[in-house]
Amino acid sequence: MSRGTAAGLARGAAFAAIGIAFPFVVHAAWIVNIGVLTLMYAALATAWNLFSGYTGYISLGQVAFFGLGAYTLAVAFEHFGIGSGYNPFWALPLVGAGVAFASLPVAWIALRTRHMTFAIVTLTLLFVVQQLAFNLHSVTHGSSGLMLPTPTTFGIDTYDRPFYLAMLGLVLLGLGLCWLVLRSKLGLMLLAIREDEEKARGLGVRVTGAKLIAWWLSIALTAMVGGVWAYYLTFIYPESSVDPLVMIGAVLMTFLGGRGTLWGPTIGALVLVPAQQYTLTRLGASEWYLVAYAAVFVVVLLLLPRGIVPSLRDLVVRLRERRRTRRGPVIRREAAAR
Amino acid sequence: MHEIVQALILGVLTGGVYALMASGLTLVFGIMRVINVAQGALVILAAYLSYALFSHLHIDPFLSILFITPAMFVLGVVVQLVFVRSLRGPDASELSLLVTWALALGIEGVLSVVFKTTYRATNPSYADRSWDIFGYQVSVVRVLAFCASAVLLGLLSLLLTRTRFGRSVRATVQNPTAATLLGVDADRVRTLSFGLGVSMAAAAGAVYGVLYPFNPGSHYDLISRLLSIVVLGGLGSLGGAVVAALAMGAIEAVVAVEISPTWAAFSFFVVLIVFLLVRPQGIFGLRERTL
Repeated sequence: MSRGTAAGLARGAAFAAIGIAFPFVVHAAWIVNIGVLTLMYAALATAWNLFSGYTGYISLGQVAFFGLGAYTLAVAFEHFGIGSGYNPFWALPLVGAGVAFASLPVAWIALRTRHMTFAIVTLTLLFVVQQLAFNLHSVTHGSSGLMLPTPTTFGIDTYDRPFYLAMLGLVLLGLGLCWLVLRSKLGLMLLAIREDEEKARGLGVRVTGAKLIAWWLSIALTAMVGGVWAYYLTFIYPESSVDPLVMIGAVLMTFLGGRGTLWGPTIGALVLVPAQQYTLTRLGASEWYLVAYAAVFVVVLLLLPRGIVPSLRDLVVRLRERRRTRRGPVIRREAAAR
Repeated sequence: MHEIVQALILGVLTGGVYALMASGLTLVFGIMRVINVAQGALVILAAYLSYALFSHLHIDPFLSILFITPAMFVLGVVVQLVFVRSLRGPDASELSLLVTWALALGIEGVLSVVFKTTYRATNPSYADRSWDIFGYQVSVVRVLAFCASAVLLGLLSLLLTRTRFGRSVRATVQNPTAATLLGVDADRVRTLSFGLGVSMAAAAGAVYGVLYPFNPGSHYDLISRLLSIVVLGGLGSLGGAVVAALAMGAIEAVVAVEISPTWAAFSFFVVLIVFLLVRPQGIFGLRERTL
């Protein structure tokens, strides 16, 4: 095991340990609630990054599949009886895989287009799915929404905890997937696509296959997050489950943390969601909230377009280099010899 | 049959207004490779301005085009200079998509603060009047809106084909580097074109409030249609945008009559998806390459 791998595993383990300990140390329900939301966005942003960050194809329709996951779980409750308490969590992998397979034909069509058009087609997809949620009344009950049974076995004081842990599990799953992808041949293929798709294809990279695999993984994770979210809220309706604001939130966090990096999306979520929840309670759900959100977004994009993680990495490299030159008799001697 | 023809008339008249909005979007893309997601929000902003002018100063919404369009042209120039111009690097196009999305949210927020979220409609005295032509009901405001859009689109095409500015715009679309080498001030062309694109949204918006009730959140519905139109027409193609907008109007209106109004908006997306299967670059678009 190389030093980098060991350090990476240690970082992951530390994150998991702190994450698991958090709801057992902090008991205030409203803080754990913010924790659930933070992890939800972290998982969504990580999933988004897995496809859009690595391939460079900006998908603006990811939240459509978040909504599909939420609706799938809700409908499963109604028609199949997937149990109560912890049992529904075990249905999540099925929900994720199902939604991801169902999305493949759409992805295949959308991926026939290139970057800008792809972004627009996926954005359109978001509105299509929202329309479907409104219109397929017999399944989704339209704008009146769907109720899920409230789990009664979780206890009032610790109600948020199972959802928190489920979201944490999804974040860790997402990070693990990204880590594996980045170290595999698939990761190399995706990065090649991001740099120059024509050249990658010319060199024999199966670009469509690679993109579809990344898409599948990303959508499966997104749909599972949607399922947990639906079970947590126990009530979903079209505007809330396919919400452009959630989409742009996840994208914003990825950009803030660093697109195409492993930890970037999670760090972005850790910074932004608590801030977002704070302003939401301070400003109320009022209209100023939207303005503040837009302002943060613009500032992040204009001032920090590369994100926190790449900027920090640059800083560390620069500091190290400076230290080396200050210490550096080696370099000076070399210069003298020349 | 009568019903379908009636629907087609309505659809094409509506499509004309969408063509005007989409023309600004596709023009800006052609020149700058920037998709202005805020185009829908700017239309709604103009609709509110026209609503305010009408309800406070009793200025006719069609007359208010003359005031709102230049004002929003200035706004567009400011947006370009402050937000869009500073985006650089290989991802500039994608970043612009997100920046303008944020701008749309900001406009939505400000409008909700000022006007609240109740639905409004601009109702001039002739709003409900319609002509009876060969047994078909033709609404007066829709005809006026269509004519205003057609006139403005005509002016735009004259501007692009008959003036020095238009020549430099077309040169920039075809080959930005060569245009710069031949002495076209690319920065100036971009700034003015962005303003032009926004003023198209403004003109259409002034009319929009007469045709439909609107609230600050209406821009989502608008932008999803506008984006589908410009993709169907082929990104950057003005003619494509006009054709696609008219097609959208016609398809939606016919589906609304023949099948159900709830599936009308949806039908156009289906058409778009099927069309992209056959021709990913849209009707008149050029194939996009990764650069």
